[in-house]
Amino acid sequence: MIRDITIGQYYPSGSIIHRLDPRVKLIGTIVYIVSMFLFDTFWGYLVTGLFLFGVIKASKVPLKYIVKGLKSVIILLLFTVSFNLFLTPGEHVLVHFGFIIITTEGIRFAIFMGLRLVLLILGSSLMTFTTTPNELTDGIERLLGFLKVLHVPVHEVAMMMSIALRFIPILLEETDKIMKAQQARGADFETGSLIKRAKAMVPILVPLFISAFRRAGDLAMAMEARCYRGGKGRTKMKPLKYKPKDAVAFCVYVVYIVTILGVDRYLPMI
Amino acid sequence: MRMIDAKNLVFEYIRRDEEGNVEAINRALDEVTLDVSEGDFVAILGHNGSGKSTMAKHINAILIPSEGTLYVNGFDTKDEEKIWDIRQSAGMVFQNPDNQIIATVVEEDVGFGPENLGVPTEEIWQRVEESLKAVGMYEYRSHSPNKLSGGQKQRVAIAGIMAMRPKCIILDEPTAMLDPNGRKEVIKTIRDLNKKEKVTVLLITHYMDEVIHADKVIVMDSGKVVMQGTPREIFSQVDKLKRYRLDVPQVTELAYELKKQGMPLPDGILTREEFVEAMMEVRNGAFTR
Amino acid sequence: MALLLDNVSYVYGGGTAYEKQALKNINLEIPDGRFIGLIGHTGSGKSTLIQHLNGLMKPSNGTVYFNGADIGAENFHKKELRSKVGLVFQYPEHQLFETTVLKDVQFGPKNLDLPQLEVDLRAYDALKMVGITDDLYDASPFELSGGQKRRVAIAGVLAMKPEVLILDEPTAGLDPMGRDEILDQIEKIHKERKITVILVSHSMEDVAKYVDRIIVMNKGEIAYDGTPKTVFSHYKELEKIGLAAPSVTYVMHDLNQMRIPVSTDATTVEEAKLEILDWWQQERIIR
Repeated sequence: MIRDITIGQYYPSGSIIHRLDPRVKLIGTIVYIVSMFLFDTFWGYLVTGLFLFGVIKASKVPLKYIVKGLKSVIILLLFTVSFNLFLTPGEHVLVHFGFIIITTEGIRFAIFMGLRLVLLILGSSLMTFTTTPNELTDGIERLLGFLKVLHVPVHEVAMMMSIALRFIPILLEETDKIMKAQQARGADFETGSLIKRAKAMVPILVPLFISAFRRAGDLAMAMEARCYRGGKGRTKMKPLKYKPKDAVAFCVYVVYIVTILGVDRYLPMI
Repeated sequence: MRMIDAKNLVFEYIRRDEEGNVEAINRALDEVTLDVSEGDFVAILGHNGSGKSTMAKHINAILIPSEGTLYVNGFDTKDEEKIWDIRQSAGMVFQNPDNQIIATVVEEDVGFGPENLGVPTEEIWQRVEESLKAVGMYEYRSHSPNKLSGGQKQRVAIAGIMAMRPKCIILDEPTAMLDPNGRKEVIKTIRDLNKKEKVTVLLITHYMDEVIHADKVIVMDSGKVVMQGTPREIFSQVDKLKRYRLDVPQVTELAYELKKQGMPLPDGILTREEFVEAMMEVRNGAFTR
Repeated sequence: MALLLDNVSYVYGGGTAYEKQALKNINLEIPDGRFIGLIGHTGSGKSTLIQHLNGLMKPSNGTVYFNGADIGAENFHKKELRSKVGLVFQYPEHQLFETTVLKDVQFGPKNLDLPQLEVDLRAYDALKMVGITDDLYDASPFELSGGQKRRVAIAGVLAMKPEVLILDEPTAGLDPMGRDEILDQIEKIHKERKITVILVSHSMEDVAKYVDRIIVMNKGEIAYDGTPKTVFSHYKELEKIGLAAPSVTYVMHDLNQMRIPVSTDATTVEEAKLEILDWWQQERIIR
């Protein structure tokens, strides 16, 4: 069901990862994403996988819950894997059937690409599992604060992001409800040609957009009623301050990167 | 002191056609004059489209009157420089709890108002704690609002307003989307705030049983104030209320119907206890006759 | 026999930590032509139950029969079921999407692949049933008042010509007069068209006034099932599960306690009035 999408949902467990400074987690996520492009042997995947596993364990977010988030991107994943599987040229042809050519290089590439994507999605979703949107907003706002000089509305952009995250589950639930209501009027989303199915989306999308606009209007009014007037003159309930554990996290990042570079270079190629 | 003081308030919506020509002018508020004293619990009744929500939006300076004057806590709502003072002194709670909660953690949402007001961090925490305790939601402070019931969400929204330390709270149909238990929770919370924290309350609703404890009831119809008085005074005029598309509590209606059949009952019975007492009188009266 | 539920259970999120049994071994018969009230607090399983009746949800266990046919069977025509068992969700006006009122009401019959003439006739008929006059047929549904929108949305389901009409809180958010108008209209449709109506409501007063049978849900089970009088005679037990009887029922009990001998059966203002007047007449004769 559509409500099962867990990607981007804060999961409160009060772990050490949750209590890290959001800036540390943001930088960590960037470091992690960059690290994915630093290796191309099996060892790199092993280190990355172990690192991610360690962080997930420390975050106390159930693995099952995180893996569920993959469901929503499964199509993308399959597409990438098959794309690589069939279209990678190579010397060792295993299967040659019409235009389908599968090579050992292709298999290797497809597996690595799939792994890379899975690790990437799991890793970056961990950020939103352990950081409330408000913290995330604060983190981005502070990290990108230097852009304010260039008149980039950093605070406003960050606020928009955090509101979007808050309304994702509400709108998903709403979509579910509208779909059911239209099905009760005989609407059919499952059969027919592609065009017919695309047309069948209209009775869902129109009410959904109207509802989203209504909510946006209501929310804007509620925010104004609570004296929101942009970033100027605002104080913070949870101001960001680096603590010793944040320094430890930075050290972990350095160790992680060095290990990746090390194993990739000095261990035998697999 | 007068918390809200409205004199001859008029608000007109101008509807334009596609070319921008004026198509119609709708008067949403028509010469509204009313006042609310500090510490009062005032209820505004009226059917959908009677102008009661438009009135509420004026008190929060979301809308500015076309004609007439409106003073909130001594500030003129037309004075743009005072807009934040007005919103801080008269906080507003809306109908749909989902569309007014900004943050994904209860305590962060309650802290949103004080943050906007520039309150120092430590005081924000103190205010958040006090407000959540006042509405009985303190143990839910680290929960996600999505996991709460409708009544609980609405209490969080009320705490979010309380944290701004307003003198007055306006609630625009806060229970319309809730189930009976949620409604009870919210009404109890509002009454407690009025009694214990001495907050002036302006409750807009069309549930009759929610207003029987109010100090004053105002009835609106087509943009006008058509009735004003204590709940007893208002609810003794059953026929008039029905003409304004409103209702009365079931007990009141029963007593009214019996009286119409000639039973010697007093006007404006509001509660079960009052009704039973009046019935005892009837029985005893029958004895002495 | 319109609908029959045989030992129906439903489990949410089976196998995960969030597992929750929303329905537990429900056995229920809903004969033709009845006006039924379904009550229960939020989370009691009543929404899950009504979605089983038109096949939007499939039972984890047990069978739902419509006119004797198993609706879970492979060859069962789902679309036809949805037209025969019409379900109006809460705030149905949020599902309006067409450019005109008429087109929106036509959406349902069109999905049934009926000839255009039949689609038109059904739409006109349904709009008439809910009291929407023809000057509004070409209006945009988004320009209507709240009450009108809701009527149009209900017409959208009625246009499918259902034999059973299920309404999930059709009066939510309406003002008192709007509530009465919608319920009166539904009662009229029920009487004139002999449609079975299942009314999901939080208002005991409304339920007592209109229905001839009440089903009370609690924790996924049927707690009570009977006439309003029998169900509300359990008012103390109802309170334990977060519900209540109509306030006049309490008044009658109070009077009884004060040794004013009136029947505690009354569940509506009208019944209570007659009962009390009766007592008063007798009291006056005695003196």
